[in-house]
Amino acid sequence: MTGARMHLLTTLRGDIARIETSGGASTPDRVALGHAEADATLRGGLARGAIHEVFAEAGRHSAAATGFVAGLARRVAARRPLLWVRQDFSDIETGALSMSGWAELGLDPCLLVTVRAADLDTALRTAADALACDALGAVVLDVWGRSRQLDLVASRKLTLAAQASGVTGLLLRVAAEPAPSTAETRWIVRAAHAPPPSAGSAWGAPVFEAQLVRNRHGPVGRWIMEWKCDECLFAKPVNQPTSDPQPVAAAPVHRPHPARARRAG
Amino acid sequence: MDGAVIGSREESASTQAKAISSVIAVSHEQQDTDASASIIPIVVVAKQNNALRIFALDDAAARFGLAVGLPLANARAICPQLKVFDVDETADVRTLNAIAEWCDRFTPLVALDAPDGLLLDITGCVHLFGGEAAMMRLVCDALTAQGFAVSAAIAGTAVCARTLTRHLHGRIVVPGEEACAVKPLPVSALGADESVITGLRRAGLKTIGDVASRTRSEITARFGAGFTALLEQALGHGDAPISPRQPLPDTIVEKRFADPVTTEAVISATLSRLAEMLVAAMSQQGKGARQLAAQFFRTDGAVRTILVDTGQPVTQGAVIDRLFAERLGSLNDPLDPGFGFDLIRLSASRTEIVVPQQRDLDANVHDHDELSALIDRITARIGGRRVVVYLPQDTHIPERAVLTVPAQQYLAAASLAVWPARAEGEPPLRPLRLFERPELIKVIAQVPDGPPARFVWRRATHAVVRAEGPERVAMEWWRCEGEMLTRDYFRVEDEGGLRFWLYRDGLYEREIVQQEGMAVQPNWFMHGLFA
Repeated sequence: MTGARMHLLTTLRGDIARIETSGGASTPDRVALGHAEADATLRGGLARGAIHEVFAEAGRHSAAATGFVAGLARRVAARRPLLWVRQDFSDIETGALSMSGWAELGLDPCLLVTVRAADLDTALRTAADALACDALGAVVLDVWGRSRQLDLVASRKLTLAAQASGVTGLLLRVAAEPAPSTAETRWIVRAAHAPPPSAGSAWGAPVFEAQLVRNRHGPVGRWIMEWKCDECLFAKPVNQPTSDPQPVAAAPVHRPHPARARRAG
Repeated sequence: MDGAVIGSREESASTQAKAISSVIAVSHEQQDTDASASIIPIVVVAKQNNALRIFALDDAAARFGLAVGLPLANARAICPQLKVFDVDETADVRTLNAIAEWCDRFTPLVALDAPDGLLLDITGCVHLFGGEAAMMRLVCDALTAQGFAVSAAIAGTAVCARTLTRHLHGRIVVPGEEACAVKPLPVSALGADESVITGLRRAGLKTIGDVASRTRSEITARFGAGFTALLEQALGHGDAPISPRQPLPDTIVEKRFADPVTTEAVISATLSRLAEMLVAAMSQQGKGARQLAAQFFRTDGAVRTILVDTGQPVTQGAVIDRLFAERLGSLNDPLDPGFGFDLIRLSASRTEIVVPQQRDLDANVHDHDELSALIDRITARIGGRRVVVYLPQDTHIPERAVLTVPAQQYLAAASLAVWPARAEGEPPLRPLRLFERPELIKVIAQVPDGPPARFVWRRATHAVVRAEGPERVAMEWWRCEGEMLTRDYFRVEDEGGLRFWLYRDGLYEREIVQQEGMAVQPNWFMHGLFA
């Protein structure tokens, strides 16, 4: 390889690196989620001033994904205000955000402002505006279903706004499939069984099966995470088998009725 | 321009638009254009005392000797080719309001004098239009051009001006001369009740001068104190303020154009310049705007008003400019310049004293300002009820526990709200997503008042692997409309790890009783989803 070609390659690499980091910005500010393995994979935690996507593949996992996004927003925003942008339609489909439940997760309803957009265009514009406002801790865009408007261009706009202001954008996509975007990370969240903490109780804290399917600056992974409502952080569930990330409770097995089986035999 | 300027000369111009119905106004104008060709008299009739009587008429009809109050049958006998329209009082009121709106360009103090008059308080704004005579000509010419028959007068009191318009047109009364001006007019010009006028005529008092020559005590004894006050005001001895259609804005700035403007660029540039002027005017009083109104006066008389509210008093021109840009950009029915706007006015309809705050060192103040500015912008675009914050309510009923309120007004209240503390170490008691209307589900339970074993929601069957409950929520009897049943809530988890909040409506065998020996199954509802 000649010296000139080597030089050209070096220049190109430099250009790409500059584009990737948008003008030589320093390493982004990261917030630890609390889950040690996930934090290690993310090199310290979730990046601030970027877009993160959370998908719930089917509508039935919407509440789990909402809880996961609420948790991420709490980690990222800490005690700063949070703007939640959602479509009218999403209320009917998955229910409206309940502040009683919000408070029960350890989050502060005082810091939440909700925008109910009539359509996705309005929602996108509002989210882009809000991402430019540095008084906010995080902006959540809650979108139901597949959408043409939420393409690479829209995603790039949101990313640029987030980078400029340092506000984190969280996209909650329910009943949608991942599409190309400029997001920093992409998660697929499912509900997981939440075993009660002790024998005396019958109900446990929220547990998510979070699959990191895209990470721009590192490997991906899959973890079972529990949201600690008191400490406001994610953690590895205590009484969950660590080797098997699948939900633990087996599906009920079909067993023939003993009396009927005897009669048949 | 304050209405309560006492001591300086307070003038009132009364404009009477005599063409009543908007229908007749248009046809009247058309009639005038080809008046020489064929004169068809036009009247508007209304049903009074079980007879159709003339309510209003045009000049041609008046020339035939017709008069207001004449029965239609008589009028037809006098003039068979008469063209008749029914009275449309709603249209009249609408037309009068439209004229009043147009008159806003002369003074912000415009009062309706139903059914056919307008009172304009022109104190302090005469010089803007080149004197009283020029101003009156301007008003009358514009209205005449639109086909209205106008009679106007300027006088020191509203009643005096109104009295003059009923018999004379274009009279401008010098201060102190009110009594001389109205004395020769007949008593009917005062606009008092019909019974009073009849009484005065019977007493031989034909003109206002005759009435004024009697002592006040005599008149009060016969016709009441109200009539005496009216008479005094007509004579210029006392005055009552007019009641304007709209409250007077605190600060007004406006820009008039010799050539009407139509392009968006000029309109937005004008608005930003006006915003700067408004802010400068308000800052002298140490005020900031809470509500702003931009009025666009079209050359053809239409006026469009656009309101913008803010959560915090605004003191920066750029902020006002941006709010209006958002609002104008999102109008369902966009601003239509038509043939152009000849006046654009920006007013602060509600203002507040601004308390200066330390901005550089206190990050919270900065954050709060930024957030409320963002909320103002979003609200200007999509409406106040779509940007919300939450307030806790003192009730156990889940759907009433939280009040959703507009963020613009309640941001401060919501950020200080005290929410019920959660129990430490307990998993969530309430779901994160709550359905506004609980959805009916089919449930199979082992015992009628036990937790569900299996349920069908949105056509999918869920087998319950874990259930916690019941949590009993009794309805509030003190505000129950109709009968509401006690609910037993269960937190359940299905085989896939999905977690739901269900309830059974009614206590089995206590609220849900058997009817005619048949067991009634309780209804189950899906109310929320846990994270």
